[in-house]
Formats: sequence, C-alpha cells, structure tokens
Amino acid sequence: MFNEIVSWVVVILTLATSAAILVSRDWRILLGALAVQYLAVFWLVTRHLPLAMGSVKLIAGWMAVAVLGMTRINLPPTEGGDRDQFYPRGSAFRLLLMGIVILVSAGGTPRIEAAIPGMGLPVIAAGLLLIGAGVAQLGVTNDLLRVSVGLLSVLSGFEILYAAIESAILVTGLLAAVTLGLGVIGSYLITAGSVPLIAPEDEE
Amino acid sequence: MSAPILWIGLPLLIGAAIFLFSNEKYSAYAGGGVAALLSLTALFIPIDTALLLGSLSLKISPAIQVFGRSFEFSAADGPLLAVIYGVSALWFFGSESTGAAHRFSSLGLMIIALLTASIAVEPFLYAALLLEVAAMLIVFLLVPIYQMPGRGVVRYIVYQTLAMPFILFSGWMLAGVEANPGDLRTILQSGVMLSMGFAFLFAIFPLYNWIPQLMEESPPYAVGFLLWALPVFTVIFSLGFLDRYTWLRSTDQISNAILFSGVLMTATGGVFGALQRHLGRILAYAAIAETGLFLVTIGLRSSNLVDIVFLALIPRGLELSVWALALSIIKRKAYPLKFSDIQGLARKYPVAAGSLILAHLSIAGFPLLAGFPSRIALFQALSTESLSAAFWVFLGLWGLLTSAFRTLAAFVMSAEDAPWELNETWAQTLMLVIGVLGLFAVGLFPQILQPFLSSLPKLFEHLAQ
Repeated sequence: MFNEIVSWVVVILTLATSAAILVSRDWRILLGALAVQYLAVFWLVTRHLPLAMGSVKLIAGWMAVAVLGMTRINLPPTEGGDRDQFYPRGSAFRLLLMGIVILVSAGGTPRIEAAIPGMGLPVIAAGLLLIGAGVAQLGVTNDLLRVSVGLLSVLSGFEILYAAIESAILVTGLLAAVTLGLGVIGSYLITAGSVPLIAPEDEE
Repeated sequence: MSAPILWIGLPLLIGAAIFLFSNEKYSAYAGGGVAALLSLTALFIPIDTALLLGSLSLKISPAIQVFGRSFEFSAADGPLLAVIYGVSALWFFGSESTGAAHRFSSLGLMIIALLTASIAVEPFLYAALLLEVAAMLIVFLLVPIYQMPGRGVVRYIVYQTLAMPFILFSGWMLAGVEANPGDLRTILQSGVMLSMGFAFLFAIFPLYNWIPQLMEESPPYAVGFLLWALPVFTVIFSLGFLDRYTWLRSTDQISNAILFSGVLMTATGGVFGALQRHLGRILAYAAIAETGLFLVTIGLRSSNLVDIVFLALIPRGLELSVWALALSIIKRKAYPLKFSDIQGLARKYPVAAGSLILAHLSIAGFPLLAGFPSRIALFQALSTESLSAAFWVFLGLWGLLTSAFRTLAAFVMSAEDAPWELNETWAQTLMLVIGVLGLFAVGLFPQILQPFLSSLPKLFEHLAQ
C-alpha cells in the first residue's frame, strides 16, 4: 500500500517535471527537471527490476544530464540558446500540449493495464506521460538541447514500461549505453560549430 | 577463438586503436586492411568446423555469452560476413582519398562491428538496440566538430531513436501472438508496432525527408556510408523477422503493405530525384528509391526473394561507395554541388564525373552494370504478381535514369575549347577505376556472386522454402 502511494506521488512528480521540461525556457530548469525525472524513473523501474539494475538507469541518466549541463554551461548565453522557429510556441500552447498528453495518458493507462495485467497503473501512467511529453517536445523544437532532453524523456518512458516485461541485464546495459550516448551526442552537436577550424600551420 | 570475438570484438578494439594511435595517412590502410583480412577469414575459414594445419587444429567456435545472452554465428553466416567486411574494406580504402580517413576508418570499423553484432545477438530482437548504438556513432561521422549541425542530422537521430522502442515492444508482442495465434487484437497491435519501427528504420515515405537534407549538410562520403550500412543491416534484420514468425510471412495484408511502401518509396524517390538540381540530393533520392526496391522484393510472395534481395544488396555497397567518393572529390571544387556549380567539370575531373554517372546508371538498373541483374530478377517476379506495382517501380527507375542524364548534361556543359585535365590524385583515380571495373564485372558476369548467393539463403531457411 505504501509503495502504491509513493508510486502515485512519483507519477505526479513525473507530470510536474515533464511540464517543466516542455514549458520552461531556462536550460537550468530544463536539466534540473530531467535530473529529478530520473529519480522518478528509478523508483518506477524498481517496481519490476532489482535495485541494482534500477540504479544503472539512474546513474546513466544523471551522467547524461551532467554531460549536457557541462557542455551548456561552457557556451556563451547566445550560443546554443533557444533556436525554435515554430509557431505557435508560447507557454500557453505548450501547456495545452501537456494537457493533451495528460488526457491521452489517462485514457490509455487503463487500456494497457487491461491488455498487459501486472504492469501497474502508476508505471503505465508515468511511462505514457514521459513518452507523450517527450514526443510533444520533439515536435515543437529545433533546439539541440531540447531535442536531446525530449529524446531522453521518450527513452525514460519506454524504459519504465519495458522494465515491466523484460529484465535482461544485457538490455539494461544497452539501454544505459543508449541513454549515455544520447547525452554525449547532444553535447557534441551543441558544441559542433562553436569550435573554430584551426589550420595545422596556425597551431604552431 | 570464437567467431563473435573475431568479427565483433576485434574490429571494435582495432577501430578504437586506430582512433587513438594511427595518423591520417595510415588510417585508411589500417581500417581497410583489417576489414579485408576479416572478410578473407570469413570466406576461407568455416565457423564451428575443425581445420587441420599440419599438426595444428584450428576451430572458430560459434558463440559467446555476454550478460546471460549469446552472440552467435553459424557456418551459414560466413559468406555474409565476407560480403560485409569486403564491402567495408572498399569504403575504408576509399576514405584515403576523401581527406577524412582517420575518423572514418576508426569509427567506421566500430560501426560495422556493432552492426555485425546485431546479426549475431540472441534473442535477435536486441538487434534494435545495437542498430541504435551504431546509428548514434554515425553522427560523429556526419557532423565534423567545426560544422554547425543542420536539421537533417537531428531528424536522423530522432527517427532512429524512435524506431527502437517500437521494434522492442513489437518483438515482445509477437511472442504473445505465437503463443496465441487466434488473438486478432494482439496481431493487429504487434503489426502496427512493427510497421512503425521499420518505417522509421527504413525511412519509409514520408519519413525519409532527413536523407536529402543530410546529403546537403554533411560530407557525402559519410552519408553514403550511412546509406549503405544502415539499410543493409535493417534488411537483414527484417528478413530475420519474416523468417522467424510464420504468420508475418503468410499474411497477405502485411506482404501488400510492405510491397506498397516499397513501390511508394521507389516511385517518389525516382520522380523527386529527377526534379533535383543538387548532386547530393540526387544521390539521396537514388538511395531512397533503391531501399524501396528492397522493400518491394521483401513484399513479394516469391521463394526467390532472399536471392533477389542479396543480388541487390551486394552491388549497393559498390555503387554507393563509387558515387560518394566521386561526389566528395567533386565537392572540393564545386561546393555546394548544384548543377550551376558543376557545369563543365567533366573536362576537369573526367574520372570522378564518369564514375559518378556510371554508379548512378547502375542504381537506375542500366544494362551491363551491377544493378541490372537484380532489377531484371525483380521485374520478372514482380510482373507476375502486380503489373501496376511493376509500372510504378519502372517509373521510379525512369526518374533515376532521367536524373543521371541531367547530371551528365551539366557535367559536359563546357566551352568547346576548354582543355581536358586530370585533377584527381592517383589514389582517387585508382579507387574509382577499381570501383567502376567492379560495377562492370558484376553487371557482365553476375555469376561471380554465385558463391555468396548460393549459401546466403541458408540464413533464412523458412523464407527460402
């Protein structure tokens, strides 16, 4: 019973972090929310996987956040900033999107629970929320940091759901590699273009 | 020595070593040499069979366990490994002429190792994860550190990442379908999941918009490598699905959906290609159209489909490597590769221009070139199933042919008194000439592929029946 209550609290936390990621324009809030989101993922994944395997996801996620944060902090404020050119792009529109994601998740959760019994309503709800918010994020942004965070959100949601049906160590390891890889690629793409091309003769 | 260590672990390690230790000059030779050696080993040393060398007994064991799951090659995988590493060797040797050999050879070798691991992993569904890791590594080839990334590469990584969850979930659902074949709802759900996953992986219409964008933004040789490697391993992965799940290959609706997707890709790829004025985008649409041809072949209800797929897969590496190499040579002179930039270049870069046109014609299925035998076999099988599908595929190939002649016209559009020059280096000329000879050899004597084609269908026993 206690675990169930905590799980639902974690779902609400997931909802709050997803909304913050989708709406906020400050990269510090974005990455902070993602880091908190990985705590939620850790709790929900450990409903079905051993603690050690859940920890792998938490550490991989936090490392990805750290890599992205370290990269972003070293860029000047204008570079790597919000480059979105989509309309509409205001906070109200993004909140509306989040509302749609919540409705879809609320509608889909009982159906999936009926189709795959034993997963648990909080696990399904959080998984769908993260996938939905991640896809919404990918749909409304071109900014590389936001795209990376969107992909990591989608992957987190998927991992929560997949942990309930697959517990292989190899899969956990490869998914952790993918999480880290997305962090590194995001960081590389954010940095790319800001490094000047130096001819060998200039280096001497 | 076990086969996965030899064809997965070793190239991964050597790729990392090249990255750390080798210099620009020798990287291409190191990468190409290792790939060629692995190809010859796969060709001549059978897996899981003892080989006596004097008093020495040599045996490559087929499997290795990693975290409770196995990576496994059977004896039937030998020719496939030989083809994969043989074509990779061509790409790595060719990178010497592009000026980015160091990164290309090291990362390329690691990418091929990961993609090869996707063939070996059991349960085979985990291949989706390995394909994703390989797709992520390719990003470092596509975007040099000094270049601002464009939309193409972002879309590429988004689509590849979205494919993985769909494939993994569908695999889990397919197991449920096998246990309960009468459950139509689960069949429908798993079918939709699987279709979405492969739609992203194959970049099926309209999800292929990143390919022409990427071709404009990124080095052509790296994109060419991507357009060879990922679709080839995705085709092998999809054949694995069809081979393992009886209901997938026996359901008419699924075959029709695959066939329709392929026809759509070939027709749109060819027609859009004919309308382009950028050489990179033309290559992109040609690659899209050819991937469509693979899908058309997979959608056939023919027992020869595995033969036809591999008859097209092997020349694809040759065609794209020649085309991409020629394009990267021309790009140095004619950036950004629009028709207006390349006018008259046939007289300044005759080998590169000629090779590019021949590779293009080969993909369009022009007679005497490498693409022709597979196109003939495909049309033979397709015309008995659906004449309308055959017409649309023909239209797509006609579009490719049109773009080839438009490119040729732009290349030769020079002043009459312009002198002929040879501006390619000897290494570039050598690689292009070898590639073009390969195109003619496979086109004129397709039976040279017979040793591979005769044993490759054994990998997919149920499909070949």
